[in-house]
Amino acid sequence: MSPHEPTFTPGGTWVGASVPRREDPRLLAGRGRFVDDIHLPGMLHAQFVRSTVAHGVITGIDLSAVREVPGVVAAFTAADLDLADITAVLDRPEPEFVPTDMPVLARDRVRYVGEPIAIVIARDPYGVEDGLEAAVVDYDVLPPIVTDTRALEPGAPLVHDNAPANTLLDVTMFATEGIDDVFGQAPCVVRVRTKTGRQNALPLETRGVVAEWDDRDEQLRVQTCTQVPHQVRTVLARCTGLDERSVRVLVPDMGGGFGQKCVVGREEIATAAAALRLRRPVKWIEDRKDALTAAFLAREQRYDVRAAFDADGRILAIDADVVCDMGAYSCYPFTAGIEPLMASAEMPGVYRLPAYRVRGRAVTTNKAPTAPYRGVSRPQYVMVVERLFEKAARALDMDPVEIRRRNLITVFPYTGINNITYDPGSYLESLNLCEQVLHDEGWYERKRELAGRDRVLGIGYACFSERTGYGSGAFAQRRMSVVPGFDISEVRMDTSGTLTVTTGTLSHGQSHETTMAQIVADRLGVDIARVKIQQGDTDRVTYGWGSFASRSITIGGSAVAAASVKLADVLREIAAHLLETHVENTELDGAGGVRLRDDHAKRLSFEELADVAYLRAHLLPKDVGPGLCATASFDVAGDGTFSNATHGVVVELHPGTGQVEILRYVCVEDCGVAIHPQVVEGQCRGGIAQGIAGVLFEQVGYDENGEPSCASFMDYKVPTAAEMPEIAIHHLETPCAFTESGAKGAGEGGTIGAPAAVLNAVNDALRVTGVELDDTPITPEAVLRALEPA
Amino acid sequence: MSEKQLIELIVNGETHELIIEPRRTLVDVLRHDLELTGTHVGCEHGICGACTVLLDGAPVRACLIFAAQVEGHDVRTVESLAHADGTLNDLQQAFSAHHGLQCGFCTPGFLMLAEGFLAERPEATKEEIREVVASNLCRCTGYQTIVEAIDDCAARRRADLQARLDAHAAQSA
Repeated sequence: MSPHEPTFTPGGTWVGASVPRREDPRLLAGRGRFVDDIHLPGMLHAQFVRSTVAHGVITGIDLSAVREVPGVVAAFTAADLDLADITAVLDRPEPEFVPTDMPVLARDRVRYVGEPIAIVIARDPYGVEDGLEAAVVDYDVLPPIVTDTRALEPGAPLVHDNAPANTLLDVTMFATEGIDDVFGQAPCVVRVRTKTGRQNALPLETRGVVAEWDDRDEQLRVQTCTQVPHQVRTVLARCTGLDERSVRVLVPDMGGGFGQKCVVGREEIATAAAALRLRRPVKWIEDRKDALTAAFLAREQRYDVRAAFDADGRILAIDADVVCDMGAYSCYPFTAGIEPLMASAEMPGVYRLPAYRVRGRAVTTNKAPTAPYRGVSRPQYVMVVERLFEKAARALDMDPVEIRRRNLITVFPYTGINNITYDPGSYLESLNLCEQVLHDEGWYERKRELAGRDRVLGIGYACFSERTGYGSGAFAQRRMSVVPGFDISEVRMDTSGTLTVTTGTLSHGQSHETTMAQIVADRLGVDIARVKIQQGDTDRVTYGWGSFASRSITIGGSAVAAASVKLADVLREIAAHLLETHVENTELDGAGGVRLRDDHAKRLSFEELADVAYLRAHLLPKDVGPGLCATASFDVAGDGTFSNATHGVVVELHPGTGQVEILRYVCVEDCGVAIHPQVVEGQCRGGIAQGIAGVLFEQVGYDENGEPSCASFMDYKVPTAAEMPEIAIHHLETPCAFTESGAKGAGEGGTIGAPAAVLNAVNDALRVTGVELDDTPITPEAVLRALEPA
Repeated sequence: MSEKQLIELIVNGETHELIIEPRRTLVDVLRHDLELTGTHVGCEHGICGACTVLLDGAPVRACLIFAAQVEGHDVRTVESLAHADGTLNDLQQAFSAHHGLQCGFCTPGFLMLAEGFLAERPEATKEEIREVVASNLCRCTGYQTIVEAIDDCAARRRADLQARLDAHAAQSA
């Protein structure tokens, strides 16, 4: 397809067509409105005095000199603002889960470098920086816990006094009876021990907020870049003691989030509280140094996993120990349990696994706290499981693709050993197609040819599925005490016959203003230009859960569709009355009107119907009230829907530099019905780029004092276009049976598959050396060492 | 705090008089004094390129330049790209057609980078374009569609130029 000419599917539906994005014109013209673009009259600027030690008791905070700095208007400590803590809890007894409080500003104890201690407010951003320099904080330094292994050592100092062994979550799940015997008798047992680097989700727009008290609305108006506006409202109300009605959270255009913005940030609460106190608008824009060191991080995990196989390569059991280094605090609403629970519940993935035992732990350390990051544990456990299959294939002298084929789930629905029911997908088909593509493109041949010429090529795969659309039931199974899941949508038609549609999800790059409009346009038979999606305003949108976990199109899109159908029914009812017929004799005409089924010439446009609904309501049928508005909610019954994919990667290792070059990247994905294929491809490629970033480049390091080593982009190695390969994407389509459009989520899959596929390819290339690399990121140093002649 | 100074800035063809501290960066002046908020700030240390603007036609990082340094020079920002009636220019349209933007935060930087580069090297190959695209960071797209958008725009500009040359030649013949 020529990208300049949007194609419409043969059926003439909006869904399935890569129409021009509604978001693009303003963003391309520089007319988007991001949080730092907001200028309010009399607005002040805030920054935070942050801890310079990883672990310590605060013995004194002196802000008197700060307040003397020209331009500084105020400086507040925790004692000044007197806010309730942010506390995220699970519905699990101790010691399965230990709740810990995260104060908005540190009170007497600091637990990581960068922890906010005081907020300084000045007339301009330069004055704030001057003010920060004058702050004096004294500490009694405590020994910092910088690694998960140290955290778990007997007698190690405690990060939280109420969390013994620095453990916030410790669960053992499934534990199939007789699993130890299976391992004892299996002809092939393989083991993967791996550590994955701490990463930053790294939205290019850092976090930020503009808050003001509005006397007329009697509301604290908070414009903040968050993926979860209603959750920010709930927490802000609780922390300040305001009613939720008195807090309005609005989300402007947002420069990415990837999970870092799907939890409630301390700084956004503190800034809003300061605005409330001062009765003046206050803006906080996180600088890059703070974003790299003190924002929510993710992904630092350690796995020790064994798998048993029979002689034919059929998997018999997995026994896993997962330790996630969650940093200093539990994030709201997910808690520090998010990563270990995700890994523990979902690890069996796409394979028919007969026996499973997993211990999942969240440990707390003196590092910046963590939040869900695109994929949440799945990039890691998929990597581990895919390594297990590669190792077993080697041990059994089998083809690594064939061993997967023998174990993939092929009959659906399939209820796994982890009590999860998997809806239909194309696990085997995607693997077959991916392998076929690499064969047809000649990569296997090329690898063989070049092997004789000292070129080190490797081919690797990753097969996986991803649960998208966690309903309330699925999150309740995780025993969250705040249970996300449903979404509510309202579709309103005005007298022009145009539509305003609310969604509780929150697009920040995913194109929902376009894709949700496509869904509505199909349901009501109108041009998408007549549909406006409204999101990110807690006063206009009914309570929702925002965007994370690839839930927006599956759940939010389904709510939008359901509300549209309801409105269509009302429109038909009015039309039937006015045309003096039964509603069964009417249908939408696909061109913004309702017509008679047997006489298409008899038609009323939406404008005409809306005219009656609002301006001449006396003409309405007796049982239809005035106005045109329909509301519907959607929640996923059962275990949700699984997108799936296979990624195939060809790498070359460069012996001189240790560089891993990706020569070819093929992704075969299946997210059910693709609402907008170009957007799906964009999500895949962007996700894969982040997965490659994690497996080859990015890591937040700490020294032995808990001082983060990445305070700028000089140290945190974000890949550029020079490091990224061209990515080929092939689509399969297994429609979801229970979402309104047959769509499954597409937000995270790319990120999930990439680390496993790249790591497998690197190890395939290293096969001749006998060295295996399992830790990520794979550094050039590690590759060089592996390539050194023994 | 230092003395303020009076400077004259020419931005998108318009002259502005400003009284600012010498330490005020060009990007802060553009965004907060002139309220041209299309130019974004991603790192304030010259790596991410979200603040890329054109200075006398060449791409520069507006976070690394003091506003006072560019007095009398020609500054162009993303706001200058669209036509007077609001329609997007060919480069902007190519970004949309190729889905070269998702969240849109880095986009103005890439647009100005490409605008400056293509003006200097209209015959650039796709490989050269990818190399230049590596100057800036994008966290959403994986860069492929940004490269494709710029390459497509360059090809169209070349074809357009050729067509005009051909038409001119035909006319003169």
